[in-house]
Formats: sequence, C-alpha cells, structure tokens
Amino acid sequence: MKKQEITLSLFFFANILFADLEKDLQTQFILAEPGDTISIPEGHYQIQGTLSVEGKENLVIRGFGKNRSILSFLNQSEGAQGISITNSKTILLEGFAVQDSKGDAIKVQYTDGIIFRDIKAEWTGGPKETNGAYGLYPVQCENVLIEHSISIGASDAGIYVGQSNNIVVRYNEVYDNVAGIEIENSNNAEVYENYSHGNTGGILVFDLPDLIQKKGGNVHIFNNRIESNNLFNFAPKGNIVGKILPGTGIMILACSDVHIFANTLINNKSIGTGIVSYFMTEEDLNDSLYNPYTADIHIYNNTFDRWPGFPDLGYDIGQLLAVKYGRNTPDIVYDGMQDPENPIRLCIQNNEDARFTDLDIEHNFEEWYSPFISNFSEEMSPHNCGKQHPMISTTK
Amino acid sequence: MSKISGKTNRLVLLTLLISFTFAGNPLKYAKPKLSDYGFFEGEMADHHPMEGVIPYDVSAQLFSDYALKSRFIVLPKGQQLDFQKNGAFDFPEESVLIKTFFYPADFRSPDQNIRLMETRLLINTPEGWLGFPYVWNAEQTEAYLEIAGERLDASFVNYAGNQVDFKYSVPNFNQCKGCHVSQNKMVPIGPKARLLNHSFDYVGGAMNQLKKWTSLGIITGLPEISTLAHTPDYNNPEDGSVKERARALIDINCAHCHRLGGPAETSGLFLNIEETNPTKLGVMKPPIAAGRGAGNLNYTIVPGAPEKSIMVYRMESTDPGIMMPELGRKLVHKDGVELVKKWIKEMD
Repeated sequence: MKKQEITLSLFFFANILFADLEKDLQTQFILAEPGDTISIPEGHYQIQGTLSVEGKENLVIRGFGKNRSILSFLNQSEGAQGISITNSKTILLEGFAVQDSKGDAIKVQYTDGIIFRDIKAEWTGGPKETNGAYGLYPVQCENVLIEHSISIGASDAGIYVGQSNNIVVRYNEVYDNVAGIEIENSNNAEVYENYSHGNTGGILVFDLPDLIQKKGGNVHIFNNRIESNNLFNFAPKGNIVGKILPGTGIMILACSDVHIFANTLINNKSIGTGIVSYFMTEEDLNDSLYNPYTADIHIYNNTFDRWPGFPDLGYDIGQLLAVKYGRNTPDIVYDGMQDPENPIRLCIQNNEDARFTDLDIEHNFEEWYSPFISNFSEEMSPHNCGKQHPMISTTK
Repeated sequence: MSKISGKTNRLVLLTLLISFTFAGNPLKYAKPKLSDYGFFEGEMADHHPMEGVIPYDVSAQLFSDYALKSRFIVLPKGQQLDFQKNGAFDFPEESVLIKTFFYPADFRSPDQNIRLMETRLLINTPEGWLGFPYVWNAEQTEAYLEIAGERLDASFVNYAGNQVDFKYSVPNFNQCKGCHVSQNKMVPIGPKARLLNHSFDYVGGAMNQLKKWTSLGIITGLPEISTLAHTPDYNNPEDGSVKERARALIDINCAHCHRLGGPAETSGLFLNIEETNPTKLGVMKPPIAAGRGAGNLNYTIVPGAPEKSIMVYRMESTDPGIMMPELGRKLVHKDGVELVKKWIKEMD
C-alpha cells in the first residue's frame, strides 16, 4: 500500500510539472488537505474552465493582491462560473481577481464559513448584457463575510448573497453593475460602509417566491455611501433585477425586519429608497408559502441629497413619479401595500432632507389611474413610530 | 465585527442542510491506471468483462456529445445490492460502477474504428462514492487517472454524413460530484429500478436486467418486476408518449441538479420525473439567478410556445454562460431539443 502511494505521488508530481496553471490549480484544489494554503501566483492567467473546490475544510486560496494575481476567463469554454466552491467549511479567498467569466465570477454554495477579502470580480468590457450574472455570489451558505472587495460590471448583482444566514458585507466598492449589492431571502445580514455607485440600483433587499429558503429578515443596511446609481438597466430580460428602475438607491421588496440607517444617498435620480411589495413586479404568484408584503421596515438617520431632475422615464413607475412630481421626486417611495393580517409598521424618522410618498397602489390603480387625480400621501407622520431608534454604531 | 442583533426571527426559517464530506486527498482510493483494477480480459479496449463484472445499460441516457457508452457494475465477491423503490440501489462498500465513453469514426458504421475517450469509475469508498476519470492513450492500450480532467480534440462523422469536430471534455474529480450529488452526498444516477427495467442483450441471450441480476443473486429485496416502473427510452417513439419521453429526457439530463437536494434547487426549478407541480416544472415560472441564461425570455416554459421557453433556449445554446446542462456538453442535442419543443408545443 505504501509503495503504491509513492508511485501515485510521483505520477502526479510529473503531471504538475508540465501542466499549465489551470490544471495545476485544479489539481491542488482537489488534493488539498485541511489547513492547506493554495497560492495563486502573481500575473495574468487565461483559464478555460471553471475551477472548482468541493467538500474541503479549512482551506485558504490566496493571491498576491486583487490587482496582481488575475485569473481571466475571457476565453472560457466550459463551466458557467469562474470559481465554484461547494459543500465546504471555513474557506478564505484573498487577494486575487476573477475577470470575464461567462457566468458568475465566484459562486459559493452549501458552505459554512466563507470569507472574501481583497477580491475583485470584474467584466472588463463595461456594463453589457452578455456579462455574467453575479460577481461575488454566496448562496445557501452560513457565516459569510465579504470585505475590502470590488465588483464591476455584473449583469445582475455585483455582490449577491442569497438564501444564506449570518452575513457581513463591509468596506466594499461596487459599480457598473445592475444591482450593486443584493441580499435575497437571507437572514441576519449587516451591510455597512460600502460604496455603491454608478449601478442601476445601489443596494437591494429582496424576498422572492419559489425558493428553498422562503424568508429573509433582520437585515441592517447602514453607513453606506450610495451614490449616482443611475446606470441604464442592462440585465437580460426575464430577470427580476431587470425591473429595477435606473436611479434607485435602495430597494426593499417583499421583505420584513429591515433597518436602513445612517446611509448617505446622493443623486440617485429616481427613487432614493423604495419599499414595495411583490405585486409591483406584476408577476403571477403561485407560492402559497410566500408572503409578498413588506413589514417592519425602519428608515432613520439617513441623509438624502438629490438635485432636481426627472426620474428615469423608461419605466412605468418613473413616468408616474415624473407626471406627479416633475423634477422633484420624493426620496422615500412606498407602494402602500399592506398585509391585511400583518400591518406594515413602516417607521421613518430623522432622515435629513427626506421627502416621502405613499402611492397607495391598491386604491389608486384599482381600475384606471391618472397621476393627476390619484391620492398619493406625502404625509410622513403616520410612519413616525413615536420612539427614537437606538443608534447601532459600527465598530472597528 | 459589529454586533448582530440577537433578536430571533419570528418567521419560520428553513434550516439549511449543510453536511460535510471532507474527502481530503482522494488518491488513496484510486489506482493510477485502469488496467490496475483487472476488470477486463484480453485486449482491454475490447472490454471483455472478467467474471463478476456485469454489463448493463439504462433506458434513458444522459446526453454526452453523442458519445456511446459501455457500463458495468462490480460488486465485492459474495455481496449484494439492496433494491430501493426510489433512487439508486444501495451498494455495498467497494462496489464499482464503470462507464466508458467512445466514438466510432463514422456513426453510419458504429462498430468500426472505435476511439475510446475515457472511462469513469464510481467507487463506493469508506468516505462514500467518489468519481475518478481515466483518459485513454492514443494507442488505446491503457487509460490513466486524470484527477483534474482533460480536454481532448475529438471528431466523428454523424448519421447525416457530416464531419463534427469539437473539444471533448473529461470531467475532473469535483465535476463528477457536481452531477452525482444528493443532499451533499455523492450517489450513482443510473442504477435505478425504473432505468434498468428492460431487456439487455447478454452473451447468453436477451433478458430483463433486473431478472438477470436476480438470477445472478446480486440483488435483494426486489419486488415483482411487473409492478415496477419503466422510464422510456426517449429516442424510441414506441416507448412512450411525447410527454413521457420528454419527461424522461429532462429527468436524466437535468434532474441530477434540478431537484430538491440537488445543486440547482436554488432556482426552485425541479425537473425530476416525479415532480407534478407545474410551476416547479417551469410552467410560467420566472427564472431565478439565471442571468443571461434567461435570454430575454420571461418563463422557463410557456405552454404552446417553445420559442418563448427558457428551457429550449438554454438547451439550444453552447455558450458556457447560457447552456444547460452547464457541464458535459459542447454540442447541441438536436433530437432532444426537438422532443422538448414538441412537448411544450402540445402543452395546454
């Protein structure tokens, strides 16, 4: 038995010597033992197929920095992702870039403990429909940390955390994506001190139907700078983010228990912060376990700054806001939908320069509508919950 | 790290099922060359099985760029596998499933000028099933373990007489699991009662495979065969209706990922043959996380309109960011696409 193992090692050693980096890395990913660190060398390397990590524990994959160790998938011929990590525990990705993957840049699934640090996901040809969907993409994971990373050009979301629990997303920069950061059907998420700019929408918090993890909640979005997210929407049609109105700062869709505070929202031309039900997507609903309403939404101590200008007119809601408000559209827009069995509890307090509107779509659009006669309510007082919210301060 | 509020969510959370299979270095379970196992006698390329190496086939096949396949099972001496009503049979440890992928130079003469591409072994180790790809040498005398997979130039002349050139892809060790996974554990796909419940041409004559396995004494707990389901051969119009054959095709080609417990469960699209909920099957279901795979279409299946159905769009693509399945295919499965189109066209 011993002898056979030695023969085997020699066999693989010979392989590694003559293989290119792709085969070398993939072989290391397969043979890694717990505690190993796999190094991605400095340089710009062409990779043709998805690199995969499966069933590993306590593994570090480290480059020499996100601008120095670059894996380019420009000529990718197989696999949808750049890097795929599945069914693993305690994985650290640090200091490298994934460019131009045909699908998602880095997808991590069924993993407990995943850290992205100093990682760059990028599509180098600018915002294009043919870019991959997600940059940094943990899904069905526990204990996720994404920090000091950059995502550019994703045709869905730059940083997308889906169906996961216990999440921190901080100190990242995202631009030229359809959605900068998206938290979907996820629980216990803290998203702070990120710079989300130049996307179609800055930060999205969504609960969608027909998924395995039905419900997200306890999401805190704070101390982020969300600026000039006015990019045209280049998501391939059919995707839910294709419905995001260009000029959206923050959008909360069908979620509950979300706190939005101490953010700076600057020059997002259409909607600073939107609070909407799933009905706004105008999609049919067949999931009996899904709650399409928003509830328990707290918006406080944010700063809104928007200079006069029309919202995006390519979408119904943009036209509606433009007809009603012209160049001075409100900062916080609520669709007015309420779960009959669970009142919304929308709390809006202490926001600087914030203007509000309740579209009350259920009543205004029951049969036909004209924005000129519709009964939008700009009255914020029903949503002043009467108590000061505790400031949750960031540390470190 | 800032403090996450300890408040418990009032809503019911579906707990994530994350279990771990830390295989560590898998090489200890594999031999470097295919000949090291001694599965075949004579010229290895001819695949004459040794005693105890039992050939079989499945009624509905995974499309692998038109490759033809030879399959065998090997059980440890004197041991048996346990019948399971749903899913693959239970195999004893040290069982091996062998699958060789090959092409004739010209499909109009399928027995001549055969080139063996690779042989995949699925071995039931103490850590569960593991998959190992062996790549055949140019001389066709030996196949070597290539844990990181391989890309091979391949070509054949198809039934229509056209030359087809492409890069054949041998999966790596991880990609084996990418398909052979259920609840994060690796499992065989083919050896299920409904896929084996048909006749096979043995050396001694044709016989129902399950009957044969019973006569060989290698299976226990098998119910009366007439009570068992049979999945149709989707290529054979006499083996089922369009709907039945289309469901067989998407089951074997898609459902290893697209089912509850499979890696594509995140999409909420479940394509296993048992699924009855139209939305889960994709009927008027908006895509989730499909990216440009959605192809500017709104629903996975639009009844009556295959051209508006994302399923067809992704089956017709060979772009790695769009195509389905994601792996194991460089060519379009034309007959398969036609069958699925017909099924969707006939749908109410």
